Amino acid sequence: MSMNRRSALKKLAVLGTAAAAPAHAVARTRRSAPAQAVALLYDATRCIGCQTCMVACREANKLRYESWTNLYDAPKDLSANTKTVIKLHRRNGTVNYIKSQCMHCIDPACTSVCMLGALYKRADSGVVAYDPDKCVGCRYCQVACPFNVPKFEWASATPKIVKCELCRHLTDQGGNPACAQVCPRKAIVFGKREELLAEAKGRMAANPAGYVSKIYGEVDGGGTQVLFISAVSFEELGLPLLGEEAIPELSETIQHGVYQGFIAPAALYGLLGLVMLRNRRRGASGEKEEVPS
Amino acid sequence: MSHVAEALGGQILTKPFKLLLTIFGVGASVMLWRFISGLGATTALNDGYPWGLWITFDVVVGTALGCGGYAMAILVYVLNKGEFHPLVRPAILTSALGYSLAGVGVVLDVGRYWNLYKVFNPLMWNLNSVLLEVALCIMAYVVVLWIELSPALLEGRSAWVPKLLLQRKLGFTMADGGQPRSTSSRYPGMSTWMIWLLALGLLLPTMHQSSLGSVLLIATTKLNKLWHTPLLPLLFLISCVGMGYAVVVFESALSSAVFKRPPDTRLLGRLSKPIAAVLFLFLGVRVLDLIGRGRIGAIFSLDRYSCLFLLETGLFLLPALMLLSRRRNPDLGHLFRAGMLILLAGILYRFDVFLIAFNPGRSWSYFPSITEMLVTAGILALEIMAYVAIVKRFPILGGVRPSSSGWQAMNGAEVTR
Repeated sequence: MSMNRRSALKKLAVLGTAAAAPAHAVARTRRSAPAQAVALLYDATRCIGCQTCMVACREANKLRYESWTNLYDAPKDLSANTKTVIKLHRRNGTVNYIKSQCMHCIDPACTSVCMLGALYKRADSGVVAYDPDKCVGCRYCQVACPFNVPKFEWASATPKIVKCELCRHLTDQGGNPACAQVCPRKAIVFGKREELLAEAKGRMAANPAGYVSKIYGEVDGGGTQVLFISAVSFEELGLPLLGEEAIPELSETIQHGVYQGFIAPAALYGLLGLVMLRNRRRGASGEKEEVPS
Repeated sequence: MSHVAEALGGQILTKPFKLLLTIFGVGASVMLWRFISGLGATTALNDGYPWGLWITFDVVVGTALGCGGYAMAILVYVLNKGEFHPLVRPAILTSALGYSLAGVGVVLDVGRYWNLYKVFNPLMWNLNSVLLEVALCIMAYVVVLWIELSPALLEGRSAWVPKLLLQRKLGFTMADGGQPRSTSSRYPGMSTWMIWLLALGLLLPTMHQSSLGSVLLIATTKLNKLWHTPLLPLLFLISCVGMGYAVVVFESALSSAVFKRPPDTRLLGRLSKPIAAVLFLFLGVRVLDLIGRGRIGAIFSLDRYSCLFLLETGLFLLPALMLLSRRRNPDLGHLFRAGMLILLAGILYRFDVFLIAFNPGRSWSYFPSITEMLVTAGILALEIMAYVAIVKRFPILGGVRPSSSGWQAMNGAEVTR
């Protein structure tokens, strides 16, 4: 009996490992931005916090004003009505701003987890766009996004996900995103990602003392198509410290490792069936212990 | 002893049943309100905590509690422990109910439920999405569970024409071993077709219960490092097997108390060692993983997360030790207490991963609203009502009643055939 049990446990362990062990998962290849990838460069040293971009964003995307003062448009954070916010960070008397919006990751977590591809990365521009017809409203994108960008229309009975789509209705016609169009200080610039990386490096080279020596989004979280340069550390501006690894890398590696070619599940299925067929032939082990009355 | 299952009979609409009906009624009206006013009006969910009580309890915990069928099927069919066969049917019933109602939870929780049917269109599938795999697997498993249960529902309903077809043509009545006259006749009557369906009923939970853990792998920056590990799928899988056994113990003890039936103590007692082994396996993987990732020190920091971890680990360890200490002749109360602790441990582990150790940032907090709790209570009430009604009308429970003269005759030809 104890021999039986031991072999039984062994069998159980083998089955469990076969199904769940990610040990031999193969790392997926790192993705790069599309050749024609667009980008937005935000230069925090130039921003004066005028919030013109926020107003322009509302108008271009037909979003309601949001206020807790009833006097001004004053959203506290991104929300179902607000796709971008200029946030103020004050320390030791100096004031710094940072623009909060969708980062348009090169390898986004939200598109990786989206069940039916309602959030998808456009092959041409690399913009992370949203198609409500494919969205079931599961909100996995909200769980996944390290920047907490996708927002949900909680107040609606027919809710959608809301996030910056880089004014694709304007840029598809050759225009600029509303925020970049109106910025009076060229703190927000729209263009090709390659060109904007060069632009950022140029600005930093021209004034090395004025910037920290890092472009946030160049490689962070696998790289993003919204790039930040700043005089203070990005951590201080509330941005998450991400490695160079794209966020979906771990989960996709494990998931595809286990389910690669559906081999492991098919093998497990076959094994289970064969074990049961064998058991049917042998009869039950417990029968000797049962004394039928 | 006979292993033949029988319907308990008796009145369905008892006083406790009416109470459950009231709880369900309240929950159902909140559900209706949710569809009229949206999730913001009926839940405390927010953009930082987009998943709350409904996903964590109704779906993630609910399906784990529905793993009784999975755990028993592994024991009886894969490990070939025929003596546990009488526990299979009630376990499959709780699984079918638990999984079906988890489906209700999902429909309530998703914002754009009218798009859900598109999940059936393979052309739209994003195969990177762990949640898609979970959703498809769970739906398929609900179907498999009801097919597995169908012989029990069709037995003794000779007026139901399809039964004859199913029994005669497919050997269907042996879905869960059917009504064997002794344990050894469990297999011979079972068609090969049925064995492959049972194998599917084992494959699917293996896939989606582990994937439920994989769901949170993406939250690299939000889930606390004590819980975020590449081994999340393995840990979810192991713990769901433990919870499955615990549910069988819990349910068996409870139905013997409520329905005044002699308990299956001897049979349940024999589960002590395997359950303890599963629990130790979980703890071993958990601790070795923390050591391997160099996080083991964090469990002694005595901050909020370390206390949570220690509590959770204690809840897994205590029942494992309890079961081992009295594995020879445990009484029902002892088993019941151990089972309760295992359930608590598994539930806390799932709450930790999906909510408590999940931290999207300082500006957000979540605690379920009263309305959310009323809905969850309503769903639980519905589950209990369905269980009670089904065991009273269909042959689910069995294996403990001494076979008295005549009862086989009373229960119709199926049994003695």
